[in-house]
This record gives sequence, C-alpha cells and structure tokens, in this order.
Amino acid sequence: MTSPLANLASALASGEIEVIDLTHTLDPDFPVIVLPPEFGQCARFRMEEISAYDHRGPAWKWHNISMSEHTGTHFDAPSHWVSGRDLPQSAVDEIPVERFVGPVVVIDCSAQSAEDPDFLLRPEHITAWEGEHGPIPPDAWVLMRTDWSKKSGAAYLNMHDDGPHSPGPTPEAIRFLIEQRAIRGFGTETVGTDAGQGMHLSPPYPAHFLLHGAGKYGLQCLHGLDRLPPTGAVLMAAPLKIRNGTGSPLRVLAMIEKDTA
Amino acid sequence: MSDPLQPPLKKNPQKRTVSPTRPPEGRSRAALGLTAAAAEGRFALQCCAECGAVQYPPRDACSTCLSTELPWRDVSPKGTLIADTFIRATTSLYFRDRLPWRTGTVQLDLGPSVICHVHGDCEKGARVVLLNRLDRAGQGVLIATPEKRTPNMQDDPQLRAMSSDPNYRRVLITDARTPNAPALAKALRTAGAAHVFVGEGETWRPYPERAALESLGVEFLPLDVTDTSSVNRMAAEYGSKVDILINNARFLRPGGVLARGDTGFARDEIEVNYLGLMRLAQAFGPAMCARTGDGVNSAVAWVNILAATSLSNSPEMGCFSASQSAARALSQSLRGEFRSAGLRVMNTYVGPTEDDWHQPLPPPKVTANALARDVIKGLTDGLEDVYCGDVAKDMADKYRRDPKVLERELTMGGEA
Repeated sequence: MTSPLANLASALASGEIEVIDLTHTLDPDFPVIVLPPEFGQCARFRMEEISAYDHRGPAWKWHNISMSEHTGTHFDAPSHWVSGRDLPQSAVDEIPVERFVGPVVVIDCSAQSAEDPDFLLRPEHITAWEGEHGPIPPDAWVLMRTDWSKKSGAAYLNMHDDGPHSPGPTPEAIRFLIEQRAIRGFGTETVGTDAGQGMHLSPPYPAHFLLHGAGKYGLQCLHGLDRLPPTGAVLMAAPLKIRNGTGSPLRVLAMIEKDTA
Repeated sequence: MSDPLQPPLKKNPQKRTVSPTRPPEGRSRAALGLTAAAAEGRFALQCCAECGAVQYPPRDACSTCLSTELPWRDVSPKGTLIADTFIRATTSLYFRDRLPWRTGTVQLDLGPSVICHVHGDCEKGARVVLLNRLDRAGQGVLIATPEKRTPNMQDDPQLRAMSSDPNYRRVLITDARTPNAPALAKALRTAGAAHVFVGEGETWRPYPERAALESLGVEFLPLDVTDTSSVNRMAAEYGSKVDILINNARFLRPGGVLARGDTGFARDEIEVNYLGLMRLAQAFGPAMCARTGDGVNSAVAWVNILAATSLSNSPEMGCFSASQSAARALSQSLRGEFRSAGLRVMNTYVGPTEDDWHQPLPPPKVTANALARDVIKGLTDGLEDVYCGDVAKDMADKYRRDPKVLERELTMGGEA
C-alpha cells in the first residue's frame, strides 16, 4: 500500500491533481485600498534595480522591492484589526503552519455581482449554496467568487465620490460562517474582505472586525476563483514569516482534481 | 516689428541633431552679480556705497573713488542706442550657428555706456530698455530692446535665445493629479505651447482635475514619479519630444517631526518630492540635454515647483519643507549638470497654495492661476528663480538679508 503523499505525488505527476495559481502579479500599478488622505496609506508595490549585469554588478541582476503587508494578493492575520489585537497567535509569524494548508469551498456570487456592484452576501445565500453542494466542512477556507479579479483599472476599486463600490459579505453572513460553520478564514477577489461600502455596515468593516476578532484569517485580491470547484480543493496560503506582521503578500495556490472546476 | 516665429517643420530623420553649444561662460566673481540679478529678472548694477557712482562693467573698486564697497542695486535700465553693428564672422561655435548677430553700444541715463546685444527692432539713436537676461551658458548678459513693445517682439531670434519661451514648444506636466495641473496646461496653451503632455499615475483612482484637463486637449501619459519603471518607460518613448518639463508632482502632509511620530508620510514626501525629481532627471535629463540646439522647438527648460519653505523650514509643515529643501538642493546639482548643454533649471517658489492641505491657514494663498501665470512669465523671461505670491517674495527678501533672522522668525515657540 502506497503512502498518501506518494499517491499525491503520483497524482500531481500524472496531472490527475492540478495546481492552480490564485495570485495577481505584483505590479506597481495594481490598486491598493485607498483611505482618507489624512490617514496613513497602504504602500504600492515598488521595485528598484540594484544591478542588471552592468557596472553596478557585472554578472547579476537583482532588485530591491518595497510594499505594504497588505499590497497585492495578501493574507490578513487577526492582529490586522483592533478586534484581534490581543488574541494569541495573531501575527503571521506566530500562526501554526498547518493553518496555511487546508480545505476550501467557493461560493459563486458572480452573477449577482455582475448585476449589482454593491451585492452583499447574506446567510440565506450560504444555506442555499449548501443545499446544492453540501455543508461547509469545519475549518475550511470560504472564498467568495465575484469574478472581480477580471476587472482592471478604475473598474476594480470602482471608486466614486461616495467611496468604492464592490461586493462583500454582510455582518450576518460572517457571523454565520464563524459561529455556525467554524471556518478557518474568508477570502475575496476584491481589494478587501469587506464590501466597498463596508464602512457603512454595523459593525463597520464587518468581515475584518468579526473574522479577526474570532481569530480567523482573511485573503483578498485573489485571482481567478472561477477556476476552483465549489468543493474539494485544497488551498495553500502561507504568508511571509514577518515578526509581528499583520499580514503579507503571498502566492496563493490550490490543488484541484482534474476537470472538477 | 519682428518676423513672427514659424512653426517648426517635422524633423528630418536623415540629419544629425545639432549638438549643444553655448556662449562664453567665463566671468569674474564681481560680474556674477549680474547673473544673480538676471536669474530673477532684475536689472541691477553696482553702485558705489561711498560716492554713489553707477558702475559698468562690474569691477572690484569704484571707477570714481576706488572704494571697494560696490553693492548691486536695482537701477533704471533706460538709455539710448548710440551705435550698432552686425557680427558676421566669429570663432565662437555658439554664435557661428546664429549669425548675423546684432550688437551695439547703449548710453545709460545713469551714466555708463554698455556694449550689449541688440534686439532687431531697436532703431539706432532711439530710446531703449536694457534687459538683464541669462544666456544659454546661464550667465547674465544685457540686451537692448525697444522702449515700447513692438509686434512679435518676443520672436526676435536673439531675445528668444535668452528665454525659455513655451511658444511652439512641447511641454510635459508631470502630475495630472496635482490641483494646479489644469491651470498650468491652460496657461501653456495660451502661451502657444504646441503640445501639452500630462503624466497620470494610478489610473485606477479617479480625480477631480481629469475633466478639466480633458477639455484642454492635453495628452495623458501613464507616469508616476514614484515608479522608476514608469518614468523610464515614458522617457524612452517621449523623452525626445519634451522641450519643457514642469515637475508639479508633490506629496504634502502637515506636521513637524514630533507631530507625526513616524516616518511614513516623510517617506512619501521624499519619494515624490525628492526621489521623484531625481528619477525624472535621470530619465528625461539626457534626452533633453541632447536637444538644446534643436531649432525652434529645442529643449529649453526644466521647471521645479517648490515650497518657499524650502528656503527655511516652517515647523507646521516641517517634514514636507525638509523634502522641499532636499529637492531644492538637488535642483542646484542639476543646474550644474545641465549647464554644459544650456538646459535651464527654473525653480518656482510658492507660498501656501489654495488647496486642501493649506485650508486651515489664513490668506494670502497662491491660486493655481497665479502660479501658472508666474511660471509662464518666468519661462518667457528665461529666469532661474521665480518667487510666486507675497509670502514667497517676502521670504526670499528675508532670506537674502539674513537667513538666521528668517529661521528664527519661522521657528517661534508658539506664543504669538
């Protein structure tokens, strides 16, 4: 009898299990969250050449890069929000590594989001999804598919004079996932785990406030969730090991069984 | 009248671009007083502190009483053109390309007679006004101009060679998001600029100035001065089409060192205000320096818009002002580095501007239109230093008189 890992290795080799990338390219022009200008701002991704096979270093090319913990496709740790500041293991360097690999389900909200950029995910959407796909397994990542990652430029933040407009969860949906389904974390294709207008919900920014207050994680700016099956995939999302880090850009990968997406 | 300037023909791709040349640069230390006045567009001569005699050419001792106290004072530039001639042969590479060149002698009402450049519209024996202008070597020179304005006066080739006139030139305004961008673009259009490019960063974020800029028919180029790759890409594609670059990119937040408690905004200020200037200069500077001899639409000027507090810090905007001082220091290095090509660096110093960040400050504040007007005037007069608004002018006066007194005035302990 072969070991589970040997089975996995052979399934990967045969293509029976595929690895897909759910990450945006780190690009200087990729949007970041915009706060009122008197607040501190999220740094954009920047890259400066150290040398490029030239007088600064004849045989090698390398760059210095800079960015925020929350730039590009990134992971939110509980210490990112005031509600999670005093929890144990709330920073990225303290989170046990087994939390970075686990089951993932995808709730497809792309049709509703196409119709209404301010679409809000409610508990009844989740239970309806479960009616079709079965209950959300405990300790799973729940990703909200909106196809928002297919948007670019101004359409991505969709910023107007009254703030950004993009889909996200209601406080009730997040409470349901935490309290009734004991999820590991919640992820989105938009710039944050909260809706663009999430500051006007109660509590403001409910996904951030409630998830992190309960020690759960966030993933945002995910790319191409339409390539994931509703259930049965395994997500690999390991942030950089930054001392007291509240989050980190990362490469988010998923393993899926061939032709299940 | 002068012949009106004709729009430049498209460049002949088979001809080599004319290499930059410049008029003779050597001056005595005393003569640099003329350059200092020309940089600000003032007509000044040495006046003896003991006997009052007005001196020309500049010297170290009074021509009348041998006193060595010869301060520069703004004086009347009026006189009479008593002789003129055309130079038709020269060994100077700069003037060889521009012959014939008119020169003459002007008897100033104040006494001295002056050998100077002469505008084509001046009649021999007529009343003239001397202008003190920077030539392409960046040295102060005198040019006689008609007492009354003549048609197309600014198009005289000799006068134009001493200006940075935007007429028929292509201009890049580096930051569309800065509130003064529409006013600058509009003023440049009115001044005859052939084309206005506007750098636009973060197109994923709307901004109120966009509509005004669109209505002015500017061309938007993706450009973010904090992103080296975007600056290099734009310079690679458009560097040879920029005759005047106006760097209006600015990051500003209020507060001194202790008011902030971190280096976050300071880093942004340095990234935009200082390193942004450096990135632009490294990317666009070489192409512009190579084109300073390129005919009617040659590359001619690099414009920085700086806070007057770059001269002496004001703690209400302490960290921002420090970044402005850094940019000012860098602009001085750029002057030296651009000098051999004859590309002029014009710094426009502004007092508090009419915008969100100066909203809690009392007037007087500089409007975008006032700034744009002064930038155009500075370019037309070929200046190096422009002080825009009463606050900036006052600070410049105090800075010249005694920098320590200015510093002390700006750093009171909060008790009025």
